[in-house]
Amino acid sequence: MDATVSTFRTQSATRDARLTLALLGLALVFGLWSFLLGPADFAPGALFAGLFDGQGTAGIVAQQIRLPRAALALVIGAALGGSGAALQGLFCNPLAEPGVTGVTSSAGLGAVIALYFGFAAVHPFALPGLAIAGALMAAAVLYLLSRSGAGAVALILTGVAIASFATALTALALSFSANPYAMSEMVMWMMGSLKDRTMNDLAYALPLVAAGLALLVSAARGLDALTLGEDAASSLGIDVAGVRGRVILGVALATGAATAAAGAVSFVGLVVPHLLRPFYGYRPARLILPSALGGAALVAAADVGLRLVAPDGQLLLGVITAMLGAPFFLWLILRMRRQP
Amino acid sequence: MNAVEFTGVSVRFGKRLALDGVSAGLKAGAVTGIIGPNGAGKTTLLRAALGLQDLSGGGIRILDKPLPSWSRQALAKAAAYLPQGGEARWPMAAEEVVLLGRLPYRTAFTAADAKDRKAAAEALARCDASVFGPRRMDELSAGERARVLFARALATGAAILMADEPAAFLDPSHQLRMMELLCEEARRGTAVAVTLHDLSLAARHCDEILVLHQGRREAEGTPSEALSDATLARVFRIARVADPAGLAAFTRI
Repeated sequence: MDATVSTFRTQSATRDARLTLALLGLALVFGLWSFLLGPADFAPGALFAGLFDGQGTAGIVAQQIRLPRAALALVIGAALGGSGAALQGLFCNPLAEPGVTGVTSSAGLGAVIALYFGFAAVHPFALPGLAIAGALMAAAVLYLLSRSGAGAVALILTGVAIASFATALTALALSFSANPYAMSEMVMWMMGSLKDRTMNDLAYALPLVAAGLALLVSAARGLDALTLGEDAASSLGIDVAGVRGRVILGVALATGAATAAAGAVSFVGLVVPHLLRPFYGYRPARLILPSALGGAALVAAADVGLRLVAPDGQLLLGVITAMLGAPFFLWLILRMRRQP
Repeated sequence: MNAVEFTGVSVRFGKRLALDGVSAGLKAGAVTGIIGPNGAGKTTLLRAALGLQDLSGGGIRILDKPLPSWSRQALAKAAAYLPQGGEARWPMAAEEVVLLGRLPYRTAFTAADAKDRKAAAEALARCDASVFGPRRMDELSAGERARVLFARALATGAAILMADEPAAFLDPSHQLRMMELLCEEARRGTAVAVTLHDLSLAARHCDEILVLHQGRREAEGTPSEALSDATLARVFRIARVADPAGLAAFTRI
């Protein structure tokens, strides 16, 4: 029996830990690069000094422009990557992702309603609160649909419908608003951008995203069991309804807060888990934390990349992720069709 | 004492009675075959015993304790379940699938320990599936996947094992191997319940047979008692015929 036991790999736990540390390092490198990059030409030393003492122009730029932008890139990337991995696990569907399933657009709609009807001015949490409510509604519709046994195609088509509906309502809300800059603002909500973010955005996004990701991690064991189907998962002692509820709420919190801060950024949650599966395998629980770190690295990298390509700020984050993500999505569908 | 005791169990789906006052028992150390036509209530009976199905009447005792007094986690350790047509929905490594059988022993934030790994490796070995351990589920054949999923159920080390149609979709050799594995598990003292459509598999491999028909218990006993000509005619509308050429009985070589 010992021989057979030894064929059981030690689950490569140390290898996983090393990979995850590498991902964390990668995210921090791109976060740092993002911090050091901008139209105002400061030496890294001046920026770091300014970050801590807040003195002079360098201090203001470091504390109020560079830090929120770099930190938000990491935070929303983590939210989207972790949410993508959890949604794919919940729906047992490699195409599930907050953007593709319309969760992001619905969160954007909630944020726009909060901003343009003045709720955001009444209470600081109205903006993320309504964004989360929008995300929750979209996720709940998808959840009910998946419960009724809808397959991958129905899920994606519903996502398309939800996204179109939310985008249309966003446009409607903006055309009713008295804001003369509404059209240009709309682009930010529909495409996503980290331009001109403030510490206020980071202040609500960080705790909400952290809470959302914590919920997702707490549901990870249940997601593993659900790969065997609902009955088998229940027979393994898993509270299936509780797991689903936690994932839906966690995705809504994380994606809602990320979207409230940066608008709709799509495809991050789709791409990252797929890039990581060759290294981590297919077990859902193993992918959630690495996907969050990978998402943080990817969004920070995309935000650095777009500013290197177009330093004038004409290129938006959501444009980059969609330009890279949409062809990837197509490739995935083609690959799924080839499989039996 | 029976490991599982059904007393007048009824389950209602809307207007239809899926189970109608079924009383029966599953013995420890025996393979009980649950047979009956489609819609007879076989799967519902197993799901009821696992607490996955609310009862509209009657009661179930598991290891001499009423079902409602079992916690979810404790019941998961006592009774393992292999659902019908089960598949792992992601192409995970086979050993990762088998380790899922150890989930009842882990809390939300603890990883599999050496004991879990040993139990999983032994379960895989008992199913002659050790070589599949590092391979991905989508690289295995249907029969090989069925063995890995069966090992997942064995890995729990539960006192009760319920398998719903484990022999469906398997070729004859794999069907016989599956029945042998169920019998081996029963010899270790486990109460094994298995739903089957193949009456000759049931007759040859089960110690006890429970015949369900339209939600009611039609017969219970050893295969020769339960599969009487009268029961076959009433429940399945089939009759036994002589097999003088001996063309219908097989064994694995």
